[in-house]
Amino acid sequence: MKIIYILWLRQLKRYFRSKSRIVGSIAQPLLFLLAFGFGFNSIYQRAGGGNYIQFLAPGIIAMGILFTAVFSGIEIIWDRQFGFLKETLVAPVSRMKIMIGRTLGGGTVAILQGLIVFLISLLVGFKPGGIHLILLALVFMALISLFFTALGTAIASMLRDMQGFQLIMNFLLMPLFFLSGSLFPLEGLPKALTIVAKINPLSYGIDGLRGALMGGAQFGLMSDFLILGIITVIMLMIGSYLFSKIQI
Amino acid sequence: MIEVENLTKKFNDFTAVDNISFKVDKGEIFGFLGPNGAGKTTTIKMLTTLLRPTVGRIQINGFDPLKDQNEVRCSFGIVFQDPSLDDELTVYENMEFHGVLYGVPKDTRRIRIEELLKFVELWDRKDDLVKNFSGGMKRRLEVARGLVHHPKILFLDEPTLGLDPQTRNHIWTYIKGLNQKEQMTVFLTTHYMEEAERVAQRAAIIDHGKIIAQGTSEELKQQTQTNSLEDAFLALTGKTIREEESGSMERMRMARKMHHR
Repeated sequence: MKIIYILWLRQLKRYFRSKSRIVGSIAQPLLFLLAFGFGFNSIYQRAGGGNYIQFLAPGIIAMGILFTAVFSGIEIIWDRQFGFLKETLVAPVSRMKIMIGRTLGGGTVAILQGLIVFLISLLVGFKPGGIHLILLALVFMALISLFFTALGTAIASMLRDMQGFQLIMNFLLMPLFFLSGSLFPLEGLPKALTIVAKINPLSYGIDGLRGALMGGAQFGLMSDFLILGIITVIMLMIGSYLFSKIQI
Repeated sequence: MIEVENLTKKFNDFTAVDNISFKVDKGEIFGFLGPNGAGKTTTIKMLTTLLRPTVGRIQINGFDPLKDQNEVRCSFGIVFQDPSLDDELTVYENMEFHGVLYGVPKDTRRIRIEELLKFVELWDRKDDLVKNFSGGMKRRLEVARGLVHHPKILFLDEPTLGLDPQTRNHIWTYIKGLNQKEQMTVFLTTHYMEEAERVAQRAAIIDHGKIIAQGTSEELKQQTQTNSLEDAFLALTGKTIREEESGSMERMRMARKMHHR
């Protein structure tokens, strides 16, 4: 337990110490909220969708979490390049514990990030169905955070340096975000897009988050929860396995 | 304490370590010497569970790094050749992190961390972030950190690189003290031959992945009919200058520096 705690604590300390990182990771969601939220609002309303910010906010919260989580996982590459990973790897600690400690740390950071975006969205005009719903929303925020931190860790265990970083950005994060129901409803899409959205884990996270905050989850809160929960456990196992195979 | 038999490591076609065998007894200080790119660090990585050997048998404190990884990891401490500190943490936090990972009980941990930090003269700076430190200070911290859990075996991969003679002397005195007091086995690599001659009881010289000579420095000098270990080393390994590959590591460090500005 102590070991998981100290690994978790390290991630949090690093997060709070890099102010530029916090500011930087807020800038993008804020831009999306303002530009899309106000930009598309009138069209969305004319189409009968209601207030677009109400629809968009959960998607952008999830986006903040997605990016922070994957990057937290990928931080392992920095640790590798800076040698700190060696220090962890030669320690008499099971790789599973290292993986769990890191994922919890990265996941917590991502949740914090999600909460910050949530607060910003309130300022921009987002009105959730009720304050008590935040607890339910937190469950989904946590699941999204953990899943994508584990995914980032798994990817990072296979990469040697940051060369592949842009690749992940463009071929993984952006598609995950855009094809997830974050920006537009998933109903009435062309068949191919529907399929992609359905195999995208983020879709369930956003659906759950939106359902929790606003009601009306498309897939149903319970199935969102179960699907995310199960793939998170699987991803943790894959991540631990890949992590244990790291050689330096 | 350390037993290596017919150890080989290949990276694709390149043989980094070529069928080496040696033994280090308990309480011994053993120098592992060789020019750049000779296979020293690769060997240390295999001894410390970071890398799997292609062929060969290793025993560390009676355990096999492939099967009993945890027992092996409990047995040693290591000071790596290149930096391995967390720059975003303070001096104390780096030490604390290490102590917790190695399961050193809280009270012991506090006492040892204070003692070690005072010894390397970083106690006054214990709450400073490591990223603001000079190379020499980081080096001292790494040495201190490797000793927090009082390992049975200490691996030192060029521990005194970039340190001034005072600090080098200081550190070796301390390590020799631990070696005598606690029977700590020390496995070291260094480029400073006079240092190796002074500190190590026995040495092996490795070149192109092969051990080409081993014994006490007296034996090595006799064998080559030279007066110092440095001359013996040059006689054995030749005078051509070796090139070490600068891998993606260096490039990355540069990139991160730029990135952080």
